[in-house]
Amino acid sequence: MAKMTMVQALNMALAQEMEKDDRVVVLGEDVGVDGGVFRVTDGLIDRFGGERVMDTPLAESGIAGFSIGLALYGLRPVCEMQFSGFSYYAMHQMEAHAARLRWRSQGRFHVPMVLRCPYGGGVRALEHHSESREAYWAHTPGLKMVIPSGPRNARALLVSAIRDPDPVVFYEPKAVYRAFREEVPEEEEVFPIGRSQLVRGGKDVTLISYGATLRPTLEAAQTLHDRYGIEAEVIDLLTISPLDDELFSGSVRKTGRAVVVHEAPRSFGPGAEVVSRLVEKAFLYLEAPVKRVTGFDIVIPLYQREQEYLPHADRIMKAVRETLDF
Amino acid sequence: MPRKPIDIPCRVDHLSILSEDGEVDREMEPELSEELLLRMYRTMLLCRRFDERMLTLQRQGRIGTFAPIKGQEAQIGAVVPLEPEDWIAPSFREMPAEVWRGKSLESVLLTYAGYNEGGKIPEGLNNLPIAIPVGSQILHAVGIAYGMKYRRKRHVAMAFFGDGGTSEGDFHEALNFAGVFQVPAVFVCQNNQWAISVPRSRQTRSRTLAQKAVAYEIPGVQVDGNDILAVYVAVKEAVERARAGEGPTFIENVTYRMSVHTTADDPKKYRRDEEVEPWIARDPITRFEKYLLKKGLLTDQKVASVDEEVTREVREAEQRWALQVEEGIDPMGMFDHAYEDLPPHILVQRDELRRELEEKSSQRG
Ligand SMILES: Cc1ncc(C[n+]2csc(CCOP(=O)(O)OP(=O)(O)O)c2C)c(N)n1
Ligand SMILES: [Mg+2]
Repeated sequence: MAKMTMVQALNMALAQEMEKDDRVVVLGEDVGVDGGVFRVTDGLIDRFGGERVMDTPLAESGIAGFSIGLALYGLRPVCEMQFSGFSYYAMHQMEAHAARLRWRSQGRFHVPMVLRCPYGGGVRALEHHSESREAYWAHTPGLKMVIPSGPRNARALLVSAIRDPDPVVFYEPKAVYRAFREEVPEEEEVFPIGRSQLVRGGKDVTLISYGATLRPTLEAAQTLHDRYGIEAEVIDLLTISPLDDELFSGSVRKTGRAVVVHEAPRSFGPGAEVVSRLVEKAFLYLEAPVKRVTGFDIVIPLYQREQEYLPHADRIMKAVRETLDF
Repeated sequence: MPRKPIDIPCRVDHLSILSEDGEVDREMEPELSEELLLRMYRTMLLCRRFDERMLTLQRQGRIGTFAPIKGQEAQIGAVVPLEPEDWIAPSFREMPAEVWRGKSLESVLLTYAGYNEGGKIPEGLNNLPIAIPVGSQILHAVGIAYGMKYRRKRHVAMAFFGDGGTSEGDFHEALNFAGVFQVPAVFVCQNNQWAISVPRSRQTRSRTLAQKAVAYEIPGVQVDGNDILAVYVAVKEAVERARAGEGPTFIENVTYRMSVHTTADDPKKYRRDEEVEPWIARDPITRFEKYLLKKGLLTDQKVASVDEEVTREVREAEQRWALQVEEGIDPMGMFDHAYEDLPPHILVQRDELRRELEEKSSQRG
């Protein structure tokens, strides 16, 4: 097994799927010769040629709509939005068509495409390069919305997304892209879409997160253990929609307390859905109100202030202790 | 019913006034005052020096990512014919045009150093903030221009965008709206040959970008975009047409991105240095300088003193910016300008952050 960054792991997933299946094609702005602005598609054009790795004109609606056509014809497009902040041009195609063609054609057509987008803050970027708007996609019936948190699950989830018969929006936490390395097996590994994962066991409180905020959540869990002997269970959602509510509601039935962490704005964010599911599935087990540690309901500030905007371990620990002291 | 050609007027001119060595086409040479010509030259050089300084600041980690403008300073010619009541809708590579229109160098530094405050637009300046989503701002200029027409004003709205921008649907919608409503808009396309790694030839099969205007029945003209006099003349014509109620114009400035796309980009991946070289000879500043030298408006001595002057101006702006940065910023400012009145749930969130920061400082203190 090689130790890889998330960028390398995603690159491997793409290369291996392209190797195995000639229906898989990659397209987007600067994904070919340049290898993608984050280098996720690096080297693919040399290996698979320009016909399968397309540098497209600068048009997100075009990329998405064209991908829908490719998918309708039986190919497996993996298209890249250079940053999630520019994917809204593609939203109409995704909402109006990718998400509905199976339904509209009463099963005759389907759209097995992947829309990859780097998302999230923490990299000192310009405006529109730091947002976390997964809720838009998760709110769209007909789409799946996946967000890995590390190199290994990113690779396994991207393979599943490419093979999925329905459209998948795949958000990649750019703050994690090169932040750390993990062992990623060379042989095939898939992780099912629609399943979350227990990443740390504990009995006192359940912490639920995903994507880039998983790491501060784990850091908080570790410090709570070291400093206060508090044992937090941590669940990584991995798929935002369809949401796996079994694992976290089972956990909360055990711990009685929960804190949800994400960098997306709070109101109508994924955390709101998690809390609703808890109310539906674990209401009688709750010992305290469920807390949300999230981005604020404002545009994420330019980078001088983004560390105060983004959830961090101290903020998560404070929320946990308030939950326990309730 | 025979098949016959339809007579579609589709003339697209190319306009160039100054040759690479500063020879001027006498017939086309605009009549500009000495003072204005020198101010144009000075602002070009100021922006070049500022751009170079920002690159250094970025490499030192003192500012974040930005898009250098090196080689595209002749864009200033596009805003010279404008009046303060006219509006501009820039993209992210129009620092020189914005500076001509009154934007301070400090505010540019503030933005790229990650301060929301850099976005503040001085009272009375009709400059929209930079628009990073490619192509998105063009429609705004068309709407503004409609407002001008509605209010019977003889003003114009000017949108800037790149060659890549012409691929976005919003660009086509903007041209179409402008054509349909015959608004006083001027579209300035800065065709710098590259959209990050995608060359102009892979962006569109069209031979020129200017010809895209033809489809919308808008006059389109291609201009040597490194020739500030040609840019000025083309835009002046367009502005006069707009003010006279004769509708929009599309101008393609053929220029070149001499530097990186942004400081996060590595052009070695996709373009050879040899491609850049011929453009050094076409540098918009040296060309204009040669013209002014020939005209006797500049001397070698004066060139040196202007350079000294603008370098000092950059240094002073940097010092003022550094002072502002030293003063520090209040993180609470992130909640400013979210709405005219912050709704209650955001007030609660603002209090959460305030308490957190107070606890943190009391723990420290
Ligand atoms: C809608 C949108 N998609 C993608 C990007 C990322 N991006 C920033 S600049 C750029 C290329 C722009 O090329 P062009 O329009 O020619 O302008 P230039 O950068 O050359 O000035 C891209 C793809 C963006 N900012 N907005
Ligand atoms: Mg360009």
